[in-house]
Amino acid sequence: MQERHRLGEEEITRELLRPLVTTTPMMWVGFIGLGAVLAIFVFAVSWMFYWGLGVTGLQRPNMWGFMIVNFVFWIGISHAGVMISAILRLTQAEWRRPVTRAAEVMTIFSLMTAMLHPVIHTGRPWRTLYWVFPYDFWRNLWPDVRGPLVWDPSAILTYLTGSTLFLYTTMIPDMALARDRTTGWRKVLYTILALGWRGNERQWKMQTIAGFLLSGLILPVFVSVHSIVSWDFAVSLVPTWHATVFAPYFVIGAIHSGVSAVVTLMALMRWLFRFDHYIRLEHFDAIGRLLIAVGTGWLWFFLLDIFFAIYPQEPRETEIMTFRLFEWPFNVFTALIFIFGYFIPVPIWIFQRFRRNVKIMFWTSILVNVGMWAERYWLIKPGLMRKYEFTFDWNWYRPSIVEISIVLGSFALVGFLLLVFSKIFPPISVWEEKEGQHFAQQLQVGKRVVNAIVREF
Amino acid sequence: MPRWGMVIDLDRCIGCGACVVACQAENNVPINTEDVYHQRRAIAWIRLERYWEGEFPNVKARYIPVPCMQCTNAPCEPVCPVYATYHTTEGINMQVYNRCIGTRYCSINCHWHVRFFNFWEPKWPDSLKNQLNPDVTVRSRGVMEKCNFCVHRIVKAEQKAKVEGRALRTDEVTTACAQACPTNAIVFGDLDDPNSAVSQLLAQAEKEHRVYRLLEDLGTDPKVYYLKKIDIEATTAPAGAH
Repeated sequence: MQERHRLGEEEITRELLRPLVTTTPMMWVGFIGLGAVLAIFVFAVSWMFYWGLGVTGLQRPNMWGFMIVNFVFWIGISHAGVMISAILRLTQAEWRRPVTRAAEVMTIFSLMTAMLHPVIHTGRPWRTLYWVFPYDFWRNLWPDVRGPLVWDPSAILTYLTGSTLFLYTTMIPDMALARDRTTGWRKVLYTILALGWRGNERQWKMQTIAGFLLSGLILPVFVSVHSIVSWDFAVSLVPTWHATVFAPYFVIGAIHSGVSAVVTLMALMRWLFRFDHYIRLEHFDAIGRLLIAVGTGWLWFFLLDIFFAIYPQEPRETEIMTFRLFEWPFNVFTALIFIFGYFIPVPIWIFQRFRRNVKIMFWTSILVNVGMWAERYWLIKPGLMRKYEFTFDWNWYRPSIVEISIVLGSFALVGFLLLVFSKIFPPISVWEEKEGQHFAQQLQVGKRVVNAIVREF
Repeated sequence: MPRWGMVIDLDRCIGCGACVVACQAENNVPINTEDVYHQRRAIAWIRLERYWEGEFPNVKARYIPVPCMQCTNAPCEPVCPVYATYHTTEGINMQVYNRCIGTRYCSINCHWHVRFFNFWEPKWPDSLKNQLNPDVTVRSRGVMEKCNFCVHRIVKAEQKAKVEGRALRTDEVTTACAQACPTNAIVFGDLDDPNSAVSQLLAQAEKEHRVYRLLEDLGTDPKVYYLKKIDIEATTAPAGAH
């Protein structure tokens, strides 16, 4: 048990608000690098709008491609926020404190990025925006609520609203803190956002209750969002999509990739903002343990999905399963998913020595997300390429440079938004960190000093 | 109320492709260049699939024209978020181009691959612009399109019948593909009218056990019926052999 550096309140405030006032050279590199990729993304999307979807690699029967795969991936990443901040808040896991804010912000930005995909992916995006948002229930002309593409935006927008409210509720005390210590436009911004927070007992009580209520309310949404995204596929008749196991499988996959993305984010924040005192090795240790459980759960569902394809002895189903397990290039994907998604990271996470090594945690979490991206591609594409017996219409799918730029650009978009956020708002929740310091005590047990959390509930 | 359907007799089909051309001209389907074919984005509301049967010297070419099956329980319909695809009371699976936003989900859920997406802005050479059918909408880029059993012809005939104060006569309407077929392999008509050509053909073929539909086991109840090819070698082969 290592000695914990006890931090004073003033020290916490100063260190956690530091990224707001100082911009390190690495942050500039980040802004410029991500901004450049983002420019390519904007250009690719504009190019696609101008010429039409002909510039993508989509054709018949591969009507959905990289953009839908990426959509599912980012929806998956967005599950990290609620997992970390709501579930761990309700279960009172202390180690959540330094990562709640970042995870929640990542949820919102990755949801927004994900939502972008189905919109730009339609044939006439201007129509989509004009007719579908807000959805015209009133005239009864458009609604077709039988379709999962209507459930989708409903679930995602609910999730986005819920998470934004949740994030904002937890940010109010920090806004007041920043308000009292800044001048100029920042002061105006923080004054508005702080909603007249003065830190009296009643306000704290309301804020705590709202936080708990929202984390409770958001849980069903959390489960429903990826279930509904999975139903985009599961309600169709395409072989290997048409599986009842899809909903829980997608949810657990989302948690696997989302929590891994939080590890990536923790390592990056620790390195970029030098938050060594806040994002400590014990936090990596705890999240690594969580990941072992989540990863194994995901593996179970992955195997179940294969098993469910074999079990009914439905030739069309087994044929596509054989295609994606054993034929080039999907056999490589299968190996990638198995090895990157489970067989490399999980055995590593079993050892505490590795869980407390930031570099190893960073790279394994990257591996998991490479594996999970491959998994989404592996789940979605093979069924489309060889849909039913019309061999005359079977075809391969080759993504075009435009689609590849959009996929890469989506990563830059999330990264860029996260960087901008951390320049304007404190990336670690200051009040939660201070609250944690209050609860943290060092108990004398025999000759040893043990770190402990003491709280009354 | 008629229930439109189609019978395609594969024993009569010679794979000439007249149906494809007729459909192209009738329904303002954009010209498919070689490029578009290579991109696998060619639009052909009725297409001719060619399969080879047998090993090299004894190879047979088999043709099968595939229009939209006009499924009674069409899987493409419920997945459209904006109701751009719907079922008419006469059993035709319609596409409303103006509503379509191009999610392409209908095409994902159509297992006969008969829904086509306009990946590019459709173009015609100047010489063909005056040849466009005024009864049929010219579709823009970004929308789905598909065979609709030449619904404009049906509507025209029904209006004419209404003006003349009579019911639609048996086999008064036919589709462009059926009209163009030189061997009468494609027959179009009302499945509910026992006197129509399709009903009689089906009743006759039913006795010979020649009727089937594509992917019938999916339970979508397609309204395009195929009549099996009569294979002389197979029928003269000894019983029990395949």
